[in-house]
Amino acid sequence: MIEVRNLNVVFRNGGTAMHAVRDVSLNIAEGETFGIVGESGSGKSTILRALAGLVPSTSDHMEINGHVAGPKRNRDERRFMQFVFQDPYGSLHPRQTVDATLREPLIIHKIADKDVKIQKALGDVGLSPQHRFRYPHQLSGGQRQRVAIARALILAPPILLLDEPTSALDVSIQAEILYLLSNLRKTYSLTSILVSHDLAVVAHLCSRIAVMQFGRLVEVISAEDLRSGNVRETYTRQLISASKGFSRDK
Amino acid sequence: MSDTLLEVQNLNVSFPGRGGTTHAVRNASFTLGRERLGVVGESGSGKSTMGRALLGLLPPTAIITAQKMDFAGSDLLRSTESDWQALRGRRMSMVMQDPKYSLNPVMKVGHQIGETCRLQLGSTFADARKRSLAMLDAVKIRNPDRVYDLYPHQLSGGMGQRVMIAMMLVAEPDLLIADEPTSALDVTVQNEVLRILDDLVRERGMGLIFISHNLTVVSSFCDRILVMYGGKIMEECKASELQKAKHPYTKALIAAAPSLAHPRAELATVKRDAEWLE
Repeated sequence: MIEVRNLNVVFRNGGTAMHAVRDVSLNIAEGETFGIVGESGSGKSTILRALAGLVPSTSDHMEINGHVAGPKRNRDERRFMQFVFQDPYGSLHPRQTVDATLREPLIIHKIADKDVKIQKALGDVGLSPQHRFRYPHQLSGGQRQRVAIARALILAPPILLLDEPTSALDVSIQAEILYLLSNLRKTYSLTSILVSHDLAVVAHLCSRIAVMQFGRLVEVISAEDLRSGNVRETYTRQLISASKGFSRDK
Repeated sequence: MSDTLLEVQNLNVSFPGRGGTTHAVRNASFTLGRERLGVVGESGSGKSTMGRALLGLLPPTAIITAQKMDFAGSDLLRSTESDWQALRGRRMSMVMQDPKYSLNPVMKVGHQIGETCRLQLGSTFADARKRSLAMLDAVKIRNPDRVYDLYPHQLSGGMGQRVMIAMMLVAEPDLLIADEPTSALDVTVQNEVLRILDDLVRERGMGLIFISHNLTVVSSFCDRILVMYGGKIMEECKASELQKAKHPYTKALIAAAPSLAHPRAELATVKRDAEWLE
């Protein structure tokens, strides 16, 4: 479904170059939920942005949903992949109602039956019709993230890119959103990539997990390996032990 | 000197507003010795408001009542603004969540740390510099002389948080309130910062109130835990016994968090009961 060989992303700023992603190769099967973990600045979000064509990248080969993806994407290629961002407060337009937010992608992609689609998308993410004409500030954090997910799903994309979708939320709300995401991927047989710094969240949703450090892919492990600590690289081991909480002996 | 550093009985904080009064903290009672007390709860549970009430940092619109609020022999309820000034920074201080917003962006970090010494301890400029450098070293900043002259935007998140801890501890307070000090940090950096806090608290015999929404961190770091919901303390337990918590809310919070060690096919959703707040 998604195949990338030797993906590189370099940000240039004046004379300095910042190599954000170095030679990353990924192969993601249809229907799979693939996780990417790593610390801030490890390049995990940049990979998602490069796949979505939001940042310029170079690679030997990038194939998405059977299409070879070039640097410029056409409208159909953009529809294939939809993005859910981290911050539900920042990713919705404050002056647009939920209805307007959900209608916009339908207008751009010239999709008919807009009202039916909007109602269905709201139902899919567990929002009631009364939320349809509300503004983002009238919704809670969890409801906003549901709107962001509805906005992504309304185009019926085969691929969903999730960039820290629950890190800004409380545990109880996070549980609801994770539950929603795992249901939706079953219903719509979605292929998705989940980026998170929270190993427990990634292990909960994903079958295979890539560990990133300094822009490089350290290793790809299974969720079982992550839980049992059966990993090759020292860095992965450090990351796992750090996420198990504070320990006094060392 | 008795072991109890802070004693709070029936603390209530409310904010009157047009839409009615918001009760941010309801009948909170607890005591603190020279230990690490964790306060956990979700957004809006009143954990930060409680921390701010202890430092007298709430806005004047807040209505604070309590039967007792004693800190090391002084009655906080009767404190005037000048009493607070003498307490804050010197005897008790607070580490905030985000160093980006809590440090003065146009002042070198060394001078910010030294400011406490000059104002609270009456140190000379040279002495303040010496103490600041020693403190930067104590929070394991590798090159204190260089970092002393940096501005906050030149620091990484982990360094910023260490600078803030240095600033709060330089006057050697008895009580430190840490409000989500590690939430903005990566896990590996988080543990380094926790280790520094842990060492300093132990060496100096301070009391620490550690406010966080992260159950894993609190249960592994603190001695005791208060679980808050809707401004009320639901449960108090030993940190090591959090997994055996009795209150349905605490249990629900634990069940809602995905865990590496205990995989769950489905995460439980948290059901809340209006009766808990009565």
